[in-house]
Amino acid sequence: MTDMMAAPALLMGAIAVLAVGTFAFRFAGPALRSKITFPPRATRLLETASVVLLAALVVTSGLTEGGVFAGIARPAGVLVGGVLAWRKAPFAVVILAAAATAAVLRLLGVP
Amino acid sequence: MPMRSLWKALDRRLLVDATVMCAAVGLIGLSYGATAVAAGFPWWLPVVLGALVLAAGSEFLFIGIVGSGGSPITALLAGLLVNVRHIPYGLAVPDVLGHGWRRLLGVHLLNDETVVMAIGQEEMARKRAAYWACGLGILVVWPLGAALGGVIGTVVPDTNALGLDAMFPAVLLALILPALRERATLSSAVAGGVLALATTPFLPAGLPVLIALAGVLLSVPKSREEVAR
Repeated sequence: MTDMMAAPALLMGAIAVLAVGTFAFRFAGPALRSKITFPPRATRLLETASVVLLAALVVTSGLTEGGVFAGIARPAGVLVGGVLAWRKAPFAVVILAAAATAAVLRLLGVP
Repeated sequence: MPMRSLWKALDRRLLVDATVMCAAVGLIGLSYGATAVAAGFPWWLPVVLGALVLAAGSEFLFIGIVGSGGSPITALLAGLLVNVRHIPYGLAVPDVLGHGWRRLLGVHLLNDETVVMAIGQEEMARKRAAYWACGLGILVVWPLGAALGGVIGTVVPDTNALGLDAMFPAVLLALILPALRERATLSSAVAGGVLALATTPFLPAGLPVLIALAGVLLSVPKSREEVAR
């Protein structure tokens, strides 16, 4: 943390650039789409692409932390949530069950 | 498109789903704020970062890198890398973002949760309503959650004990499940997930998720058959 105390300007600058850069990424997609007309098949593939990105996020954020295995409790919670969602349980139940599963497992000493 | 007709498509079910989503995001915000304060940041820093960047993954990463003594430049580059996925997101849902000055706000609201809410709806009006309700809610609850998390972070140092870390993946999984019932999309998603997981130990955060995009190739032959039919 001494880092931040030493260079608050650098830290705030990094935050500003991250904000502007992220906004530019967000802006790029719709800007491209309004310039080029995509055939319907390409449009469907783009939507598949976002599902694939989200699925990859589920897997990586559900199973790993900082590049290594995150432990049993977290993926177990996500799995319980996923099964409930598959059985068409309400969204709130899915989320709370995921968190509760992970919390209970950790309470029992499961990492 | 005037705002009034935008909200007309916001029926009870959409409203409940968006509210639950925002509640979950608020809770994840608690753990984000608590994590930041535990790493030694002042309480307002994750709030400012949260409101300006509005992309949870990159913010956790940023706080984690600087908090563990890394350079803000490294944290910036890692955060940008994690956020590149917003380009394909914007390509997928350009029509929900609004027009004119409103578009600037609409673009800022583009993130994992709003995209997943939008692609989960059939008609365009419902896509727009889901996107904006969820997005505006997140714009409020994410920084708010971070502020509260910063305050309680000093009291409850380990928010993972509450299982909050399982929420974000569960939220995304629940919302992409309907799209995964289609076989071509499912094989693409599984292939992408395996690719991302296999490369995660070796690559910087953010890159594995982009490599997963190769899984989309599995959906290409299927679409060609459909055209031939």
